[in-house]
Amino acid sequence: MYSTKYVKARDIDDAVKALKSADDGKFLAGGMTLIPTLKQRLANPDCLVDLSACGLSSIDDEGSAIRIGAMTRHVDVAESALVQKAIPALTHLAAHIGDRQVRNRGTIGGSLANNDPAACYPAALLALGGTVHTQSRSIAAEDYFDGMFETALEEDEIIHAVSLPKPEKAAYVKFPNPASRYAMVGVFVAKFADGVRVAVTGAGEDGVFRAHDLEAALNANFSADAIADGMVSSDGLMSDIHASADYRAHLIGEMTRRAVNACT
Amino acid sequence: MPTVAMKVNGANVVHDIPDNTLLVSFLRETMGLTGTHVGCDTSQCGACIVHVNGESIKSCSILAAQLDGADVTTIEGIANGDELHPMQQAFHENHGLQCGFCTPGMVMSAIELVEKNKNLSEREIREGLEGNICRCTGYHNIVKSVQDAATRMGG
Ligand SMILES: Cc1cc2nc3c(=O)[nH]c(=O)nc-3n(C[C@H](O)[C@H](O)[C@H](O)COP(=O)(O)OP(=O)(O)OC[C@H]3O[C@@H](n4cnc5c(N)ncnc54)[C@H](O)[C@@H]3O)c2cc1C
Ligand code: FES
Ligand code: FES
Repeated sequence: MYSTKYVKARDIDDAVKALKSADDGKFLAGGMTLIPTLKQRLANPDCLVDLSACGLSSIDDEGSAIRIGAMTRHVDVAESALVQKAIPALTHLAAHIGDRQVRNRGTIGGSLANNDPAACYPAALLALGGTVHTQSRSIAAEDYFDGMFETALEEDEIIHAVSLPKPEKAAYVKFPNPASRYAMVGVFVAKFADGVRVAVTGAGEDGVFRAHDLEAALNANFSADAIADGMVSSDGLMSDIHASADYRAHLIGEMTRRAVNACT
Repeated sequence: MPTVAMKVNGANVVHDIPDNTLLVSFLRETMGLTGTHVGCDTSQCGACIVHVNGESIKSCSILAAQLDGADVTTIEGIANGDELHPMQQAFHENHGLQCGFCTPGMVMSAIELVEKNKNLSEREIREGLEGNICRCTGYHNIVKSVQDAATRMGG
């Protein structure tokens, strides 16, 4: 690991100030992505600004949505009675990220800021039509993701919280990579009064995306039978050592069927 | 260099360390506590698991500086004098280890798992140890050890 400077910010203003005064600073949340990246010398920030003392860990009921603070850890979401009642699919998602030690550290804000193409929370944010709140603005999910590992966030923009609307029912099903537990394909299906939204992670060359064909099929008939074999095209899907684009296309159909059957 | 003060296995320690010191390097190199192992570079193997404020974490993936004021327990800190922790005793009696490289992490991970839920099914134990990789045992006797320890720990 290259040498760097560590700063624990007292609050958000302090964190932004520390980042601005560094040449190439990085916010540090759970560190479950950032620290391994630093260990492999894939990044060389001159300053790490720890957000853990900024008071960003919270889960609140906002009526039609739940609001989760950026520093809320996966274990806290997985064990929250409020989340379990409002969006059980989210409890399930959080409880299956990585392993227990990753869940004891990793945060929802870190996951969304990082936008790994195989991460789970991006699928939830997009399928639920959520909003990302920063110190300066609120960004709708549709405008937030900007391709693999890219988001609408500016360098010194901190995610405070995310709001996730409560669906009528929803489910997240992933086909985990057997080594890392990241999604080889993960599908989040959410049914709202005004329609069904389907978001796919782990598969797209540009990261998470909405599967509009599958949404149309499920809007006509909300049943696993509505998803026919061959409905998903492999255009724009990743091919790598884990799976070909064709196999990923097949998995998207199958994970969607399973998610529809699992919807609660 | 920041000064880091923490409690390690019950003792207060204060050290000046470079900002980029990982907790596992702090434990192994600064403190000489080599029971905590490093098995991978990718945060996946769990050989380095310790407890921080009672929760299991991967000490290879956190800076010591992040833990100023924390209470850290390593594999060296769980026995009661000469009396092994029930989890250690169960691994010993059920042949839950072969080379022993993964064992400190397995034991620390399993202790938290059992402390949270003493009535674990075999499946829950296997899922609960997803963050620990063992290349020797095939996991069978590890699961048996954890089941045995859960009984000893009051399950
Ligand atoms: C073994 C292993 C298995 C995993 N498996 C999965 C899995 O199955 N599914 C899954 O989704 N993820 C998985 N992850 C990733 C894990 O969920 C990470 O916790 C997450 O991606 C990053 O969150 P973090 O809090 O650790 O962020 P960090 O690593 O601290 O930060 C990640 C990035 O986000 C930025 N950042 C962090 N917080 C903020 C904020 N509030 N505002 C702005 N920028 C911010 C940082 O600057 C950094 O660039 C796994 C990780 C490991 C090590
Ligand atoms: S050494 Fe920490 S997870 Fe492998
Ligand atoms: S006993 Fe050898 S790695 Fe587990």
